[in-house]
Amino acid sequence: MKKSFWALPALALVAACGGNQPADKAAGSGAAITGAGSTFVYPVLSAWASDYAAQTGTKVNYQSIGSGGGVSQVKAGTVDFGATDQPLAADELAKSKLAQFPIVIGGIVAVVNLSGAEPGKLRLTGPVLADIYAGKVKTWNDPAIVQANPGMKLPGAAIAVVHRSDGSGTTFNFTHYLTQVSPAWKAGPGEGKTVAWPTGVGGKGNEGVAGYVKQIPNSIGYVEYAYALQGGMTYTALQNAAGNFVTPSAETFSNAAASADWAHAGDFDLVMTNAPGANAYPITATTFVLMPTSPANKANSKAALDFFRFALEHGKDRATKLDYVPLPATLVQQIESYVGQKIK
Amino acid sequence: MTAHGPIETSRSHGARADRFFTWSTACAAWLVLALLLGAALSMAWGGRLAFQTFGLGFITGPEWDAVNGRFGALVPIYGTLVTSAIALLIAFPVSIGIALFLTEIAPRWSRGPIGIAVELLAAIPSIIYGMWGLFVFAPFMGANVEPWLTEHLGDWPILGPLFDGPPIGIGMLTAGIVLGIMIIPFIAAVARDVFAEVPAPLKEAAVALGSTRWEVLTKVTLPYTRSAIIGAIFLGLGRALGETMAVTFVLGNAHDLSASLLMPSNSIAAAIANEFTEADSELYRSSLIALAFLLFVVTFIVLSFAKLLLLRLKRIHGRTL
Repeated sequence: MKKSFWALPALALVAACGGNQPADKAAGSGAAITGAGSTFVYPVLSAWASDYAAQTGTKVNYQSIGSGGGVSQVKAGTVDFGATDQPLAADELAKSKLAQFPIVIGGIVAVVNLSGAEPGKLRLTGPVLADIYAGKVKTWNDPAIVQANPGMKLPGAAIAVVHRSDGSGTTFNFTHYLTQVSPAWKAGPGEGKTVAWPTGVGGKGNEGVAGYVKQIPNSIGYVEYAYALQGGMTYTALQNAAGNFVTPSAETFSNAAASADWAHAGDFDLVMTNAPGANAYPITATTFVLMPTSPANKANSKAALDFFRFALEHGKDRATKLDYVPLPATLVQQIESYVGQKIK
Repeated sequence: MTAHGPIETSRSHGARADRFFTWSTACAAWLVLALLLGAALSMAWGGRLAFQTFGLGFITGPEWDAVNGRFGALVPIYGTLVTSAIALLIAFPVSIGIALFLTEIAPRWSRGPIGIAVELLAAIPSIIYGMWGLFVFAPFMGANVEPWLTEHLGDWPILGPLFDGPPIGIGMLTAGIVLGIMIIPFIAAVARDVFAEVPAPLKEAAVALGSTRWEVLTKVTLPYTRSAIIGAIFLGLGRALGETMAVTFVLGNAHDLSASLLMPSNSIAAAIANEFTEADSELYRSSLIALAFLLFVVTFIVLSFAKLLLLRLKRIHGRTL
């Protein structure tokens, strides 16, 4: 009686010890790289990861929990790398002993639900976009919009503004752009992953904003380029810093990347919005990878760097297919030398 | 004497088992209280920074500005209460109707299938209601119902401002209706069960005295089951107050205070679900936890109110089911 009473816990103990051994081994051999962060980069990162696993057998486990989550996870040391759409400043990186480099570029587009409007035909300037989101430009036939669209028939309907309800790197890049082109926006809501929106409804995630814009007539929203393309939405042309109206495309995104001054941005702390190039799209977004400069698990850190090297050098087609823009070759070289210096 | 031995030991064994049983059930009951208190305290503790910073202004402040670090919970509290009130307004009569039909009026063979269908409705995950609300119901509201409301009721003296606004299909009214549909099965299932418990002789006696169906309902069934029905309503209300996903989809998630039911708003649960992952400043996170604490307090107040109501009714009318 007594024996059988103690037998069960003893058995469980043995099983637990026995079960632990192989698990420890698997973790120690560095067979899986772990990362967490930006949802923006998730589609391309997971595509790269499956390509990489097929070629090398090394698995990359990426959790798209959001940029803020990625930053805190990598700071806590629970993952091998973090990914964020909002770069950290050099002093914060130094304090947390992190290195930072860009990994891929994408674009954020303004999408409208306006009968008769075709993709890329409706033109908006930065200040007008800011005024729409501030609730100052209330109707589609407002003189400010008519002026940028001579000859276009615009309805007198009220503009329904759609923004993100959750904190997001997409919102950060969008509001960063509005802050640069509109002093009123800078003085008012400002920039951040979430701001105090003066007007409009909030959709959760890119899919939430896209869903609202599709359903609410005369609405405007902002989503990642890929969402606009896949959803067949009407995106607008935006006026860039050089004064030209540009439509979003892989070409205009890479123009923006090429014209941005990466060489002089310490730790690549650079947000590319409102880039100066003549044909640069004004709201481009970059996802940055964060890695500890002196990692506890050196084998995993090296494996992660190998993976990113693979992604930057051999993952270009993948990125392009998914409507992202691979980094220009000069930038990849800068990243190589930066990583070599920083991560030991 | 010899026969006493075994009986004595088995009795003392039985007493020990009884004591053990008493203790274990007491532990289970205390565990619930401890969990409740622990959850409340940890939320109050997590939200202390927000309460310290804003004081009472956290509850009365309409502002929610993460960039400048100013947070007030008035809009989410208002949105939570208004959507839940609309939900209850819709769900209560419909649920009672369903329950009465199933117990009194429907042919006996159809009661089983309809009852199961109602219970199945309760098993649908809330995100399904949310997506249905976003993709099917909100466009319908925006295209048909809301323009009609604005046109016909928008000019009324007191009700007018409630229905004045752009017909975008997303807002407090839509969220309240979706919530109402969600809580109908909960109230209806409980109501059906308690209506079935009303003794047949009571109803038969009423019928024998010449009562109509309506009179049997209002004079016998409802008074007899009053406490249980109020309990069912507050079960549904509790669910509506804390519902997250479905509301997030159709409420609009905007921190704007507006009298109009057609305008987007925010609820406590939706704000937490939307914003917690990217709340990167200490104060922001603390404010969200403080919101959770307020939801706790709001729910507690509502349930206490229900208990008080029951006690009052008991004093006036005596015990019921």
